[in-house]
Amino acid sequence: MFPTPIAKSSASAQTAYKLFLPIALFIWLLPLLAILMTSIRPASDINSGNVFGWPSDFQAWTNYSAVFIQSKAGLFLWNSFRITVPTVIISVSLACLAGYALAIYRFKAAIPLFFLFVAGNFVPFQILMVPVRNLSVQTGLYDTVTGLVLFHAAFQTGFCTLFMRNFIRALPFELIESARIEGVGEFKIFWHLVLPLVRPALAALAVLIFTFVWNDFFWATVLTKTDASLPITAGVRALNGQFVSQWHLVSAASLLAAVPPVLMFFLMQKHFIAGLTLGATKG
Amino acid sequence: MSDVTSTNMPSASGTVDRRSWYAKNKLRVAPWLFLAPALIFFVIYVVLPIFQSLWISFFEWDGLGEAKWVGVGNYIELMDDDRFYTSLYNNVLWLVLYMLAVPAGLFIALFLNQTVTGMRIYKSLFFFPFVISQVVVGLIFTWFYNPNFGIVGKIWQFFGAAPPSILGDENLVTYGIIFAGLWPQIAYCMILYLTGLNNVSPDQVEAGRLDNAKGWKMLWYVVLPQLKPATFIAIVVTVIGALRSFDMIAIMTQGGPYGTSNVLSYYMFETALSEYGFRMGYGSAIAAVLFFIMLFFISYFLWNMYQEEKVGR
Repeated sequence: MFPTPIAKSSASAQTAYKLFLPIALFIWLLPLLAILMTSIRPASDINSGNVFGWPSDFQAWTNYSAVFIQSKAGLFLWNSFRITVPTVIISVSLACLAGYALAIYRFKAAIPLFFLFVAGNFVPFQILMVPVRNLSVQTGLYDTVTGLVLFHAAFQTGFCTLFMRNFIRALPFELIESARIEGVGEFKIFWHLVLPLVRPALAALAVLIFTFVWNDFFWATVLTKTDASLPITAGVRALNGQFVSQWHLVSAASLLAAVPPVLMFFLMQKHFIAGLTLGATKG
Repeated sequence: MSDVTSTNMPSASGTVDRRSWYAKNKLRVAPWLFLAPALIFFVIYVVLPIFQSLWISFFEWDGLGEAKWVGVGNYIELMDDDRFYTSLYNNVLWLVLYMLAVPAGLFIALFLNQTVTGMRIYKSLFFFPFVISQVVVGLIFTWFYNPNFGIVGKIWQFFGAAPPSILGDENLVTYGIIFAGLWPQIAYCMILYLTGLNNVSPDQVEAGRLDNAKGWKMLWYVVLPQLKPATFIAIVVTVIGALRSFDMIAIMTQGGPYGTSNVLSYYMFETALSEYGFRMGYGSAIAAVLFFIMLFFISYFLWNMYQEEKVGR
């Protein structure tokens, strides 16, 4: 273990460490705490210059309900769910199939195809922007939730395939071989043997993709224009324009946008980190 | 591992194989059936658009009317475009300064790599900034930087100085945005290193201690070599993050003041899809430049992965 465990150092060093820990955390999360406090203080506080002090009154309910009443935040949040959930399902399913193919079968194209998925996952969004937008306009998918879902699902399939392929490759290959010798069909092997084994990977991918897609801003800006399909990230920006200098409302709306991924992270923490750090421990 | 073709061999007795064509070739066909949905989808939305964009970059096109072939005209125009150079310069700045996230993340990970009551909670709270949308991070920092009621203003007033308008100052603005962007990126690198540290071999650290390695020496010679995979991934995600920076700029400054905080990704968007006119061809040329910069890094990453693949099965 590195650095030396604090338990081995002097009592005063241990106390100092335990004292400094919350202070460091407080400084690190100061930006978040600040908007949390702002989101529950009355507008008069901000106008009178009490921006970072203790709120003169707690108005969480007033502020948060004001966001929903005065803006379409509710609709934007709903749109975000309608975009994110189907994307997760489609991209993870497609990647399971593709990852299985790339991990189990030995064929010449396996490595180049694998690298195609990996490389595609890294390209800058802007090189896709004009053609994807045109395609959406031509197929009538521009400014629809479906259009965003299809694009996100296709793009995230790259990352998911990278992930699934590496995960399936780490499974004991003998299992699949012996099933083949028993005469089990290829799809049945995938469905009954491999799929149950990759459940942890499915969970990890699902939370990761949920967060990535929920937090997307670029494609929401490029592929939508009306409120009917605007997700909350783009919505928050619109609200920022609407609630000019009403920082308590902007803060409340921002926090609302952050709640689902944060919840997701907390509930599925183990899977989330396992997904993010895939490969960080290998080698 | 057996050779897959073995199942395709005619039976040893020499009788005619009466199995169906699929049964005989299933190990050659099956992977393509499994791959088809993902591959078709990926080709339509990711692979083809890259080539279409490169093609469009040779045209002058407003997105609606007739596209006019201009050859390398857009690229020649780029070479005389001051805004392009500003964006390119800022991209380099992003790349270099964003790299600070890697050592900073390592530093925090080392700080948190202890077993004290409640450590798990601390670690996950430290990771928080990464989970939040960059739009929200951008808004928070825009407000922090506000000279009248932001925290920066308060600090400067405390020292009796006139607060700078960070996002309004041509010389400070990019640094201000990068600083905001570092916050979630450091959290990301931190979590990579925390996982890496979990897998550092205690034996080697112990052996290092016996050899009197301490502090920096231990970190440099014993621990860091073992953290190499974590460092590699941290660098990959940081490079990509730096070159993809878009959200923060769109939220905080929209490239302003006077385009001084622009980066290629935002400049491309602005050119192709905003009030500056719908110059799809010119925008695609900018995107192509960004793409080739990225391609340089992607090739390096893939080459690295390929080396590992060869070592594997």
